Amino acid sequence: MSFANIIFYAIQFGTTLLFGATGEIITEKSGNLNLGIPGIMYGGAIGGVVGGFIYQSGGNVNPILSVIICILSSLVGSLLMSLIYCFLTVTLRANQNVTGLTLTIFGNGLANYLGATLVKRVGGQTATSLNITETSNIFSASLPFAKDLGWFGKIFLSYSFMAYLAIAIALVAAIVLKKTRVGLQLRAVGENPATADAAGINVTKYKYFATCIGGMIAGLGGLYHALVYIQTWTADVIGDCGWLAIAIVIFTVWKPDLCIPGAYLFGGLFILYDHLNLPFMTGTWRPIIKMLPYVVTIIVLIVVSFRKKRETQPPASLGLPYFREER
Amino acid sequence: MDKEAVKKPAKAPLLVVSKRDALPLGKRILIRAAALVSAIIICALMILIVGKANPFLVFAAMFRGFFINILPSIYSVAILLGISLAVTPAFKMKFWNIGAEGQALVGALVTAVIMIVLGGKLPDPVVTVIMLLGAVIAGMLWGIIPAFFKAYWKTNETLFTLMMNYIAIEGVNLLLEVCGGPSHVVGRSLLEHGRMALFNEPYIIPIAVAAILAVVMFFYLKQSKQGYEISVVGESENTAKYIGINVKKVVIRTMAISGAICGLIGFMIVGGVDYGITTTTIGGRGFTAIMVSWLSKFNPFIMILTSFMIVFLEKGANSAASKFSLIDTNFSNVLIGIILFFLIGCEFFLEYKIHFGRSSKEVQK
Amino acid sequence: MSNTETTYALKLEHVTKRFGSKVIANNDVDLDLRTGEVLAILGENGSGKTTLMNMISGIYHPDEGEIYIKGEPAVINSPRDAFSYGVGMVHQHFKLIDVFTAAENIVLGINTEKYNLKEATRRITEISDKYGFDVDPGKKIYNMSVSEKQKVEIIKVLYRGADILILDEPTAVLTPQETEKLFNVIRRMRQDGKSIMIITHKLHEVMAISDRVAVLRKGMHIATVNTADVTESVLTDMMVGQKVSLDIARAEPKNTADRLIVKGLNLKNAEGVSVLDNIEFTARSGEILGIAGVAGSGQRELLETIAGLRVPNTGDITYIDPSNKSEVDLRKKTPMQIRDLGVRLSFVPEDRLGMGLVGNMDIIDNMMLRSYKGGKSMFLDRQPSKNLADKIIKSLEVVTPSATTPVRRLSGGNVQKVLVGREISSAPSVLMAAYPVRGLDINSSYTIYNLLNEQKENGVAVIFVGEDLDVLLELCDRIMVICGGAVTGIVDARTATKEGVGLLMTTRKQGAV
Repeated sequence: MSFANIIFYAIQFGTTLLFGATGEIITEKSGNLNLGIPGIMYGGAIGGVVGGFIYQSGGNVNPILSVIICILSSLVGSLLMSLIYCFLTVTLRANQNVTGLTLTIFGNGLANYLGATLVKRVGGQTATSLNITETSNIFSASLPFAKDLGWFGKIFLSYSFMAYLAIAIALVAAIVLKKTRVGLQLRAVGENPATADAAGINVTKYKYFATCIGGMIAGLGGLYHALVYIQTWTADVIGDCGWLAIAIVIFTVWKPDLCIPGAYLFGGLFILYDHLNLPFMTGTWRPIIKMLPYVVTIIVLIVVSFRKKRETQPPASLGLPYFREER
Repeated sequence: MDKEAVKKPAKAPLLVVSKRDALPLGKRILIRAAALVSAIIICALMILIVGKANPFLVFAAMFRGFFINILPSIYSVAILLGISLAVTPAFKMKFWNIGAEGQALVGALVTAVIMIVLGGKLPDPVVTVIMLLGAVIAGMLWGIIPAFFKAYWKTNETLFTLMMNYIAIEGVNLLLEVCGGPSHVVGRSLLEHGRMALFNEPYIIPIAVAAILAVVMFFYLKQSKQGYEISVVGESENTAKYIGINVKKVVIRTMAISGAICGLIGFMIVGGVDYGITTTTIGGRGFTAIMVSWLSKFNPFIMILTSFMIVFLEKGANSAASKFSLIDTNFSNVLIGIILFFLIGCEFFLEYKIHFGRSSKEVQK
Repeated sequence: MSNTETTYALKLEHVTKRFGSKVIANNDVDLDLRTGEVLAILGENGSGKTTLMNMISGIYHPDEGEIYIKGEPAVINSPRDAFSYGVGMVHQHFKLIDVFTAAENIVLGINTEKYNLKEATRRITEISDKYGFDVDPGKKIYNMSVSEKQKVEIIKVLYRGADILILDEPTAVLTPQETEKLFNVIRRMRQDGKSIMIITHKLHEVMAISDRVAVLRKGMHIATVNTADVTESVLTDMMVGQKVSLDIARAEPKNTADRLIVKGLNLKNAEGVSVLDNIEFTARSGEILGIAGVAGSGQRELLETIAGLRVPNTGDITYIDPSNKSEVDLRKKTPMQIRDLGVRLSFVPEDRLGMGLVGNMDIIDNMMLRSYKGGKSMFLDRQPSKNLADKIIKSLEVVTPSATTPVRRLSGGNVQKVLVGREISSAPSVLMAAYPVRGLDINSSYTIYNLLNEQKENGVAVIFVGEDLDVLLELCDRIMVICGGAVTGIVDARTATKEGVGLLMTTRKQGAV
């Protein structure tokens, strides 16, 4: 197994995490700790898969149309999920953790259920996965000449367009957060909603928009994972990617640009055991390597709380509901 | 002076939300019941439209599924209840422990390890006792670690405990790899010695333990000095300091208790019923327990009902899945999700009232 | 309105604001601010200064009356509306986001111009240079001192183009040197044609900075006078008003003995600013020692330090046990340790529901806060607390549906009765009460006065932190006056005058500006 291959697989897996983590960062910047992100990723995945499958079943697949339909239906799926979270936590002031965990249960269940129903309708009672090869191939396609460029092509050019989309979204998110008024105001809402409110910023609107946009980005991660990484729909297709994405948010101290290397690093740690056959890393010790991302995240969490450096702290009002005191 | 000229807020909000006084118990139950009924109606519609089945028949099948094999069903309720009880003291203290999954799983893991390592080398009852102790201590440690960092450095406990879950899961994977042989299974053949059983009936002990735990937890929270300290710390850390409660000590002690109970549950699952372990031995119940505890307002007796409801939906959906082609086991999570959303949402209407348009103050003039 | 009064930047006519049905914060206030002047708003705590300013800046809406800005009737429903009229307020509690830079905070919420931090920084520097602020626009708020944060708040207002500025007690958090700098800024702003209102209760500052003074008392506008025409003592008279007789029965202290001796107490807050400055006093049994001072002079910190909630930097707190006259060192002891030493110290904190009581717990469980540890059993014994709750409800006439009602559902006066009742139930030898009658109606207030007097007659050393000078003068035996964390005098309450105490409250001991 060459070094280039490891990088390739790390990025291929890391892309799912990059979508998820970028989405969660945008959400958390508004002060919403959305533990429903795994559920939302399922929502995005199943939305896209259902849309793609329906389109593909009609025959005459136009690649561009297929991509558009998949992405749009994925966005609808994750948007609906995010709206449930927003309505409960922002409008009805419900507890964020309880709502988020419920959303994860619900999203996972709903996606699995719809997926299984689709699988059964197509393949009969015994089928376990869905044939979405055509759509999946379109999504997985990389530049045709990437193969001819050796390791360079493998590392830089051989991914689905969605991998580049993830990088672009993360970079745009970083720039928006750092350089624009919208970013400034969003950060203000997450840091100190009362001050933001006093400055005339519509806190509710920002929370809704950030959570929904963040959720939709994470949903794309779900879509990518099903169509490009796994390349089919099976039960529990996303696995633990949602939680891993939340870990990356902490690991990269709430910075979307740092997320890019962070997600690839986590991705690498996660797939290393599958693709690396070194004598000291025989199968038995795989779980230790898989444990690493979580251990590292905890260490980052602890170090951050020790150092109390203000730039690396979570948004100050993360997890807390906000409502203006009645006068 | 024309007082009418003083304009009221130009854009008077259409809906005014304000905190309401305490509602009588009857009304509180009524609001929750209304939420539950609405949720069930939505569920029925989903069954009708998506599942293409008669909801009444599906509900009937669910009832049959739950009650036809009553003991395992009650055992499932007991396990969920046990974990819910475990997380409750921490939540009452406003410590967001979402690591019950991991705390129970390390309990299960240590139980399995002890069964493998000591099984056959010591008399079975001794092994059982060591399993119990090991599981409880392991769960306790899993709880104390994040509590310690929270108490001294305010490290975010929600994310910390979440990560601890996955370390526990990978710990189980390690066991499966090391001891599981080529198929990576740690099951009955390996976990032979030290099984906990009473009258050859595996379910009795866990059910009894959960029942006792519910009563003990009720009194611990309501009647004990430690339970009182937990309430004070949870309500107001300032007050706790004012009367001289050592907040750090209470935080760590409470999480030790939470973790220990989780470890106990893990022990009962592996050593008492499953005689095997996988990464899904706890199966998300560590998370579901949070909802159970929170929706029950931290009241152990209401938790019995809530756990019952959730297990009913799970078991019921499983059984319905075998009869209706378009309903499957995942459908239970959809139903649970919908019902929980409604119950979570209805809390708002218990705390606040909404009235239309302008406030009543205007009328005074 | 006629157009001849263009020299007025702002005019209030018959402005009244009520909170609930009983509290009238402002009653029929007429006030005017001339263009290009500095108007000081002077008044005691609770005289309605801040409420009045909040109505001008859009936080509250007046119940009655009208506000004219530059001659036009103004409808101000939000701080944003206020800005559109050119009114900007700098609050006592800064509304800044810690992790943002000064520039980011200053432009936050502005939607009318392109988002360009470089351009904003340039304009901020321009404003800074013009008025003499020395603020680095790129500096993060959490790295700033209090006075820097205040400057950011003022620039924020100027940046939005305000020409009517309201400063709410801007000097409360400043050192004399910083105050002088701020005054220079204010003078420059006046030269530039801005109209400024400054809320304060420090007389020497009024004399130093203002052109005119508007005095408020108990929500009413007493008068507006030219600063040059008055002296500090005239203003004090206007501010505190005639002495009002309250008829609080005051017994002569009997069998007094030293009970609590505080020596050389110094305390710095988290930011390293000194909040207690070499405090020395003795509280005696059978006597009520009043503590007077404007809000935030260190009263809270003093009591919390004695109660063991804060650790002093230097100094001694010695308790003399009434039974055997032995001395107990309370310094650096936690509340639990203090109790374990057998020191019977009771403390009614200022923050009743946030510290003294747990709002969501019922009266019985709140009674237990002090006593729950008693006994060896690991379980609670609620019976004594229940008895105590019933006794307090009965003897203090607490209006509550039952002893099992959460205390947050009680009215302010009843909450206070529950708290004071509990604190005196343990038969204390020292009783400290911070603002025990704040927000209470007359009857409840008298109940509390009587309770304190009863304690005094029982030989308790009572420390009473109050804000109403009339009450302090009639209730206490001695009054210790503090200003800026330092003791400015200890006077005999029977002979002291309101003006004398008022002057001590506003006079810094050293380094007065």
